[in-house]
Amino acid sequence: MSFTLFIVQTLNGLQFGVLLFLIAAGLTLVFGVMDFINLAHGVQYMLGAYLAVMFYALTGSFVLALILALGAALAFGLLLEFTVFRHLYDRDHLEQVIATFGIIIFLNQGVKVVWGAAPLNLPMPEALAGTVQLMPGLVYPVWRLVIIASGLIVGLVLYILVSRTRVGMLVRAGATHARIVSALGVDIRRLFMIVFGFGTMLAAFAGVMIAPILSVEPGMGDSVLILAFVVIVIGGIGSMRGAFIAALLIGLVDTLGRSFMIDILRLFMAPSPARTVGPAIASMLIYVLMALVLYFRPAGLFPAKGRS
Amino acid sequence: MVNKLLVSVAAAALMVASGAQSPVSAQEKLKIGVVTTLSGPPASLGQQLRNGFLLAVKENGGKLGGREVEVIVQDDELKPDVAVTKAKALVDRDKVDFVVGPIFSNILGAIMKPVTEGGAILISPNAGTSNFAGKDCNPNFFVTSYQNDQNHEVMGKYAQDAGFKKVFIMAPNYPAGKDSLAGFKRFYKGELADEVYVPLNQLDYSAELSRIQASGADAIFVFLPGGMGVNFVKQFRQAGLADKIKFLSAFTVDESTLPAQKEAALGFFGGANWAPDLDTPQNKKFVAAYEKEFGGAIPATYAFQAYDAALLIDGALKKTGGKTDNKDALRAAMQSAPFTSLRGKFKFGNNHYPIQDFYQVKVVQVGDKFATSIDKKVFTDYQDPHAKDCKMK
Repeated sequence: MSFTLFIVQTLNGLQFGVLLFLIAAGLTLVFGVMDFINLAHGVQYMLGAYLAVMFYALTGSFVLALILALGAALAFGLLLEFTVFRHLYDRDHLEQVIATFGIIIFLNQGVKVVWGAAPLNLPMPEALAGTVQLMPGLVYPVWRLVIIASGLIVGLVLYILVSRTRVGMLVRAGATHARIVSALGVDIRRLFMIVFGFGTMLAAFAGVMIAPILSVEPGMGDSVLILAFVVIVIGGIGSMRGAFIAALLIGLVDTLGRSFMIDILRLFMAPSPARTVGPAIASMLIYVLMALVLYFRPAGLFPAKGRS
Repeated sequence: MVNKLLVSVAAAALMVASGAQSPVSAQEKLKIGVVTTLSGPPASLGQQLRNGFLLAVKENGGKLGGREVEVIVQDDELKPDVAVTKAKALVDRDKVDFVVGPIFSNILGAIMKPVTEGGAILISPNAGTSNFAGKDCNPNFFVTSYQNDQNHEVMGKYAQDAGFKKVFIMAPNYPAGKDSLAGFKRFYKGELADEVYVPLNQLDYSAELSRIQASGADAIFVFLPGGMGVNFVKQFRQAGLADKIKFLSAFTVDESTLPAQKEAALGFFGGANWAPDLDTPQNKKFVAAYEKEFGGAIPATYAFQAYDAALLIDGALKKTGGKTDNKDALRAAMQSAPFTSLRGKFKFGNNHYPIQDFYQVKVVQVGDKFATSIDKKVFTDYQDPHAKDCKMK
């Protein structure tokens, strides 16, 4: 467990955290602003990846595939909003959960019908496919650095959008006092639609960025969805800053736990049981973290103002 | 249900096509159930199994052992309870004589009793757990693939013979993963850089890759089936490790994962009992026919082993004159392995598991597609180590 390895693992944790943030950002916007539990957020991440694969096959360019996939994902998200979700805003959470769970099943099956069950592959841009030497003996894939950078940029843009612009102000106000904002003459439904489409696009963006690293397959959104919910619960529902910090926290805790838990246990355990117990504890860490945060701060680390 | 319907229609079409209206075939149709995984991420493996079996039946003119065949395909959804229900229905309602399947070992454990005690013969074209090879061996159970440990042992033996100094080994944290690494260690006696278990269905391996890089290993051995393998192989290549560290694996790079792994897996090694380029006349014919029938896809081991299962039924029935009612005679006929396997040398051990050759295979590019290719024979006429615990003679 050398220092360089620790640095690299921290970088890995950062990359995972940034990815989680991209997914959780949209989810917390929709949940926080519209009070709408959208379980289908994970399949929108999957759809982003599939669309990018399709557009890459058509255009042969990653950048074009990214742009077209984002556009298509936005259009599809708005279509879903118009046909299904819009009728659920006034229902209770249970009905939203059931309806959006139905959409998960429908879309998972749908991509299988359209693209087949076998995993697909999205090549990364040639120029960014290599590795860089961070320290002697340790190289790091450039693409993972690109993910970190793009996540940080998106985070910054979101921060400016939400805290410094008029739309952001309306979104923040709408989150806590929807009726008053509506009474002031703002079309809250249209605002919600914009927020929803934007959230969808963020999830799709995360899907496209991760597709060159992971295989694109049906159900790929299901596991990240749970993590995204953990992120927004820890961060505080509706809080963009909370989602950012919580995502990085979870990325780091999970990655460092997986890397070093066995070594830590070996300090006071025999190697063989440490090897058995270590992975089990490591995979529980983020849920332990969530339980602790909820115990001390039931509303999350950074509850959105006006909510409790 | 849709699958069943499709297959019935296909079988009917085949019958008409092959002009089977002759009054000579007054014998009842031979019913065979296929239990395989056709939904979820590993569906592509199950499709290979189904395709391989149906191809053999089709090439035989819709007959096996001279009898018309009706194949009923069921999707086990990779859920043991679903598999049990469907296997029971095949045996009790459809009165099948044979059940061919499954892909996954946990499904095998679930359907073993309902099928064999229901009076049908179970032929596994993939899953081959150690318990059924040893103390729980079953007279009504035959395996046309391997005992699960063997492909891992092949890689262990290869790593030992090739003289790797330090090997990093990794598998998912579940029973088959532990068996895998134990199988590898049975033959590899050198130093282990580390032994790592990851959660089943982990997708991102950044943390493990950094560890591998820091460990100074000269080779890794991994058992990461399906999507796990696709992700790991890509990330291993992206991390720039592929040129420095030899990649040994079992069930991680094969024709079911290569369409997604592509160049990333080039030159990687696997342990196997077969490869598409295995040099037997039957195999060449099979690979060509499979590619033609299924849109250019190269068959994987699952397809070839299911194809062999059909040949086994065909050969055994020819010996019994097409009869399935005398089970002792049928079992004796099957035990003698009366067919020419696509892999060439093949016979059954006392536990009804194959005694066969094993190879170290390497990923190569064939045109614009990718496949495994035989590099080196590692074991000759190798029988699994559990056969001695089986009481059958």
